[in-house]
Amino acid sequence: MIDFAQSHFALFALPPTFAIDGKALDACYREQVSRYHPDKFATASDFDRRASLQAATHINEAYQTLKSALPRARYLLQLAGVDTQEETNTAMPMDFLMAQMEWRESIADAKASKNVDALENLAREMRAEMQALEDKLATQIDSQQDFANAAMSVRKLRFMEKLDQEIGDAIEAVLY
Amino acid sequence: MALLQISEPGLSAAPHQHRLAVGIDLGTTNSLVATVKSGSAVCLPDHDGRTLLPSVVHYGLENTLLVGHAAQHKQNEDPGNSIVSVKRFMGRGITDIADLATPYRFVDEPGMLKLVTRAGVKSPVEVSSEILKNLKHRAEESLGGELVGAVITVPAYFDDAQRQATKDAAKLAGLNVLRLLNEPTAAAIAYGLDNASEGTYVIYDLGGGTFDVSILELTRGVFEVRATSGDSQLGGDDFDHRIYCWILEQADIHGPNANDQRLLLTRAREAKESLTDRDSTRITAVLSDGAVIDLELTAEQFHKMTAHQISKTLLPVKKALRDAKLTIEDVKGVVLVGGATRMPHVRKAVRELFGQEPLTNLDPDKVVAIGAAIQANVLAGNKGDDEWLLLDVIPLSLGLETMGGLVEKVIPRNSTIPTARAQEFTTFKDGQTAMAIHVLQGERELVSDCRSLARFELRGIPPMVAGAARIRVTFQVDADGLLSVSAKEQSSGIEASIAVKPSYGLSDDEITRMLTESMTHAQVDVQARKLAEARVEAESIVTAVTVALDTDGQLINVAERAEIDAAIANLNAASAQDDANAIIAATEALNAATGEFASRRMDAAVKRGLAGHKITEI
Repeated sequence: MIDFAQSHFALFALPPTFAIDGKALDACYREQVSRYHPDKFATASDFDRRASLQAATHINEAYQTLKSALPRARYLLQLAGVDTQEETNTAMPMDFLMAQMEWRESIADAKASKNVDALENLAREMRAEMQALEDKLATQIDSQQDFANAAMSVRKLRFMEKLDQEIGDAIEAVLY
Repeated sequence: MALLQISEPGLSAAPHQHRLAVGIDLGTTNSLVATVKSGSAVCLPDHDGRTLLPSVVHYGLENTLLVGHAAQHKQNEDPGNSIVSVKRFMGRGITDIADLATPYRFVDEPGMLKLVTRAGVKSPVEVSSEILKNLKHRAEESLGGELVGAVITVPAYFDDAQRQATKDAAKLAGLNVLRLLNEPTAAAIAYGLDNASEGTYVIYDLGGGTFDVSILELTRGVFEVRATSGDSQLGGDDFDHRIYCWILEQADIHGPNANDQRLLLTRAREAKESLTDRDSTRITAVLSDGAVIDLELTAEQFHKMTAHQISKTLLPVKKALRDAKLTIEDVKGVVLVGGATRMPHVRKAVRELFGQEPLTNLDPDKVVAIGAAIQANVLAGNKGDDEWLLLDVIPLSLGLETMGGLVEKVIPRNSTIPTARAQEFTTFKDGQTAMAIHVLQGERELVSDCRSLARFELRGIPPMVAGAARIRVTFQVDADGLLSVSAKEQSSGIEASIAVKPSYGLSDDEITRMLTESMTHAQVDVQARKLAEARVEAESIVTAVTVALDTDGQLINVAERAEIDAAIANLNAASAQDDANAIIAATEALNAATGEFASRRMDAAVKRGLAGHKITEI
């Protein structure tokens, strides 16, 4: 049976770092979930079926946490005992807030003029900015262990993910 | 826990004994049963060699019951007691199916509608179970033994209520359900194992009454569903219906009786089928009043009148690709499933969208049952050489109602199952001892726009100040895609849980609408959310101030009191209107008006605290 107490990284035999080997994660996830998936226990006892449901659920959750940058960073900070203060700390540097407002205006303008190309461009730019911030997170967490600034980066990344989602919604609203 | 390692199915008792397991495609129009025999999956035929069982149940005189072809023959003479397309009623309420042209009388019941028949009032679950019993009997007769279990397929886009209803029907038929399997995923198994494919595949499944699209990633023995979408109220039936309406129009018929309605729907279906390989077809019928219908319908006319239905299928395809973060170019192959994909203009539309010829080398009517049989064989423990795993997803987000009629999403759509997610909520009022938990499914932000799955109540929360209780609500979705919800107050351990059973629901149309609207009306939702949140905030501050005035009113003078009372009245008035900004402004005004009062309370509290009281008592 899997050890629910071990970290998600240990579960997939990966080092606890922000920079991650995506292919190794995918491969190890598939191996683990294949072993414990309820389909392997369809005719087993109620007890075993329940245990496999719990194990597979846990493996899926661990995989989702490590697969994307934001939950992975949040999880690493949690392991380090650092609160990301996403709900409580809304103080942001002024230049970041200004940039956010400009993004919002650009999205609203592109949406109002039903300009899908402009929205797609915004999405690409947003992805690039998020990637840059993820690179920064890797440095802050993996090499500098600067958790206070990493927590700030997590809060920023969360803002940006929301914007990215809004761009996606706007594209769908225009297209369909 | 060590038990897990030693009881792997297939390696347990009697390893050489082949366990009888079947896959059942419980379709809107036709149903099939298939099994794996000496290594290959086959559909099991009836005595007359037919594999398709029309999904029709006829309740006759003197308690006779007919299922399949025999029931289909009664359709025109006794339409009210010949139940067709019952799948469309599974897990639905009466308002859900208001737009369907049917010859039935319905009774609305909480959870699911019922049908009035000669044999009494029947639920769609009971009617479906008659079809399943027939197939179970066919399988046991043909295989010569009792079944260990069955895999039953459901449209990927079925919500929790529809899945639960399907599972209930199987149980009622005496079947052990090994798994509810999504139809497109079943088709992918049949195709994937057959063609030993790798890469991204799109399954386009247009059945009799439902449309599904799933995007799957196939890698070395793992079938991973990336995204799924669809329309649970769109299928071949709707194409028949277009022809039916055209007949009424051409022949100038108004309000046909149930028998004529049934007859013309049958003629419409025959015309549709005939146009699959012909350029035109003749529609003839003699109505009950003797009127003769004789019309000519060309393929071109038919394609034109159903262009809208075709384009309605392309929308979910594009959405699913977006959800999977993929583009058309990433798609390696497109698989067509469902009898309705035989229509040439459906194939043409798919070919044009993807820029490639769709895969059709397996019979679109049988491929789902075949895939289900292969999966049933593995689940029952008859392991072959192939080892593979299916990773499926939930089609629609699951959430909870929070204050202000808003939905807090707990599990987002397209999450891999099994999955669980817990969310903490708190009490809203001082001394609150119960909390209503309302479970919803859908993509919109407002409760009224989502499908209500269940309501239950967590009682016995110890009285605490507002915001102090910590109620952890856990959603668990199992491998069948079925949800159970439990709630627990963390400090006291008070617990309540429920396996979600269908409660009153929205229509299939509404589910589709919910998805569409969550995209197009994102802006409206944001405003609605802002308004609801402003109201919640306002109510919360009014409650807090009122309680404080009751206990510490002596700390302020009459003029100060009047100012606060006026601010409260002002805020209550603003809350009754729909202007979020006005509510926020009035809330701020009340905050400002109570500033002095709050600091005096603080001083008093500190003094009392020094006198030996706990801060929580103040």
